[in-house]
Amino acid sequence: MTESEHPQAPGTSRRRLLFGGAAVGLGAVAGVAADRTLASGTEAESSPPPPERDVTGLNGAREVEFYGAHQAGIATSVCAHATYVAIDFHDDVDRDALRRLMQLVTDDAARLTEGDGALADTEPELAVVPASLTVTFGFGPGFIERAGASVPSWMGPIPGFDIDALEDAWSDGDFLILVSSDDPVTNAHAVRMLLKDTRAFGTVRWRQDGFRRAYGSEVSGTTMRNLFGQIDGTTNPEPGTVDFDHVVWRTSGWAAGGTTLAIRRIRMDLDTWDEVDPTGRSFSVGRDITSGAPLTGSKEADVPDFEATTPSGLTVISPVSHIARSRPEASEEVIFRRGYNYDVPPHDGTVSESGLIFASFQADVSRQFVPIQKRLAEADLLNTWTTPIGSAVFAISPGCKPGEYVGQALLG
Amino acid sequence: MTTISRSRMTVRATVFAAIAALALSACASDDAAEETTAAAEPTSDHVHEVTFDEAWVKVVDEGMTAAFGELHNGTHEEIVFVSASTPVSSMVELHETTMDDGGDMMMSAKEGGFAVGEGETLTLEPGGNHIMLMDVTEPIEAGDVVTLTLTFESGDTLDVEAVAKEFSGANEEYSGDDEMSHDHGDSMDEDHSTDHSTGTDH
Repeated sequence: MTESEHPQAPGTSRRRLLFGGAAVGLGAVAGVAADRTLASGTEAESSPPPPERDVTGLNGAREVEFYGAHQAGIATSVCAHATYVAIDFHDDVDRDALRRLMQLVTDDAARLTEGDGALADTEPELAVVPASLTVTFGFGPGFIERAGASVPSWMGPIPGFDIDALEDAWSDGDFLILVSSDDPVTNAHAVRMLLKDTRAFGTVRWRQDGFRRAYGSEVSGTTMRNLFGQIDGTTNPEPGTVDFDHVVWRTSGWAAGGTTLAIRRIRMDLDTWDEVDPTGRSFSVGRDITSGAPLTGSKEADVPDFEATTPSGLTVISPVSHIARSRPEASEEVIFRRGYNYDVPPHDGTVSESGLIFASFQADVSRQFVPIQKRLAEADLLNTWTTPIGSAVFAISPGCKPGEYVGQALLG
Repeated sequence: MTTISRSRMTVRATVFAAIAALALSACASDDAAEETTAAAEPTSDHVHEVTFDEAWVKVVDEGMTAAFGELHNGTHEEIVFVSASTPVSSMVELHETTMDDGGDMMMSAKEGGFAVGEGETLTLEPGGNHIMLMDVTEPIEAGDVVTLTLTFESGDTLDVEAVAKEFSGANEEYSGDDEMSHDHGDSMDEDHSTDHSTGTDH
């Protein structure tokens, strides 16, 4: 229709594009030829060899079992990409609607994690590379109330702290969808499919996209570095151990086999962090910024000695360093961290808007997470460069078996 | 709301694959969960089943919508899928989509139903063959489960549970009413009468 109205315009731009493309192509060929002439002096006329295909370490076909006693995406291997989406429900969403929602998204998640398109998937072609896709569902207070249950004390709320500068845009929400995989295309497709099936029930409140090092860049299981360069996640409980099970899983009620997820969006001021030299950085953390070893040790796994003193009588590890403030004071103050970096377009003439999507799983937010966060809010040298701008807590229901849906113990 | 729950109530909340099994011959089995293994094990009792998988229906407030899925004939003889019925629509037609002389896709009732040969699968999908629900009077909401009864020429029937999903596509069949009435109005009327003759209104 446009062409008949403006017969000249499309043709003109098409020719221009073609010409431009050809010119770039010629330039590129000439460049390659020149390089090769310099390199060998004899192969200037031959065409460049086809690029070598790297088939080592292909991981697109890797699958993580969706069904099980626990939802996937918690104790399973951490993937390179994670998307957290919080949904606000429409006013008319009731218990019956929640049941329909959870049946829909459970089915979607089960299919997608197996590398199949969802039912009525318009792009099933994008589903064939699961790349360890996991989908984890979380229930905010609004979900639990609509389900007809009372919001349990073990899911907070996390109180406000003086250091907080929380924004609604990153906080709270009725329903959480956490999608994680080692492939951003897989993530994008899964997120869209799940949100299409969520659209009838609510609207997107916020979305946070996080990343770690790409699959294959490091041995899997390597503790991640945040964008401060700091090794972040040392002393995490190890999935598969009794300790981990004790820290993470709830053991009774509708959430037995489930847990809670605290998500804090921590803005990191990389510009002022730039002003701190390596010694100052290590001092603030209490660990060597490069190796991750406590300042009283030589390896990341070494146990910090908070009593060790310098010749001048001060503790080697500052009492207001991050690791001194975050260490448990009571035995239950242990959490399982599974955070991601974020790096989004900057604003106000700055060059960076970066930080950490802090995410921790623990059976009881109030008893395990809040005391730690309270101490850090009172004093932690890292607070100089960090600001919590988002905060949310979700109950994570247990997993399900084939034929069941996630949340069935609450909604069934 | 209340009307819709009637269709959900009849359904185990957890069945989403909407796998339904029908024994057309002596080897009957209700074990739908094992259906997917049937094809790989020709000696299994399940081999002689007719199954309908991947069943879903497009969410609609009222009026027309369509149901989709995969009808597999695991028997040793041809079956003919002649009609369907559902509590949520008084009129149901089987439609095929074909290209007319002008290159436009048009839908029409499938006269005589769909023949599915031994071992073959009939795919019902947006833009292709489908089960058309002509007269939905109560909203079908996302996640609802709609029961469809498929009837075959032999007189056998197969109950299918189709989950309702929001879907932006699959409009060509029934959103172009103006064009339809202008260009194909006559054939539409014929379609309806044809449908009655194939016995949809069981």
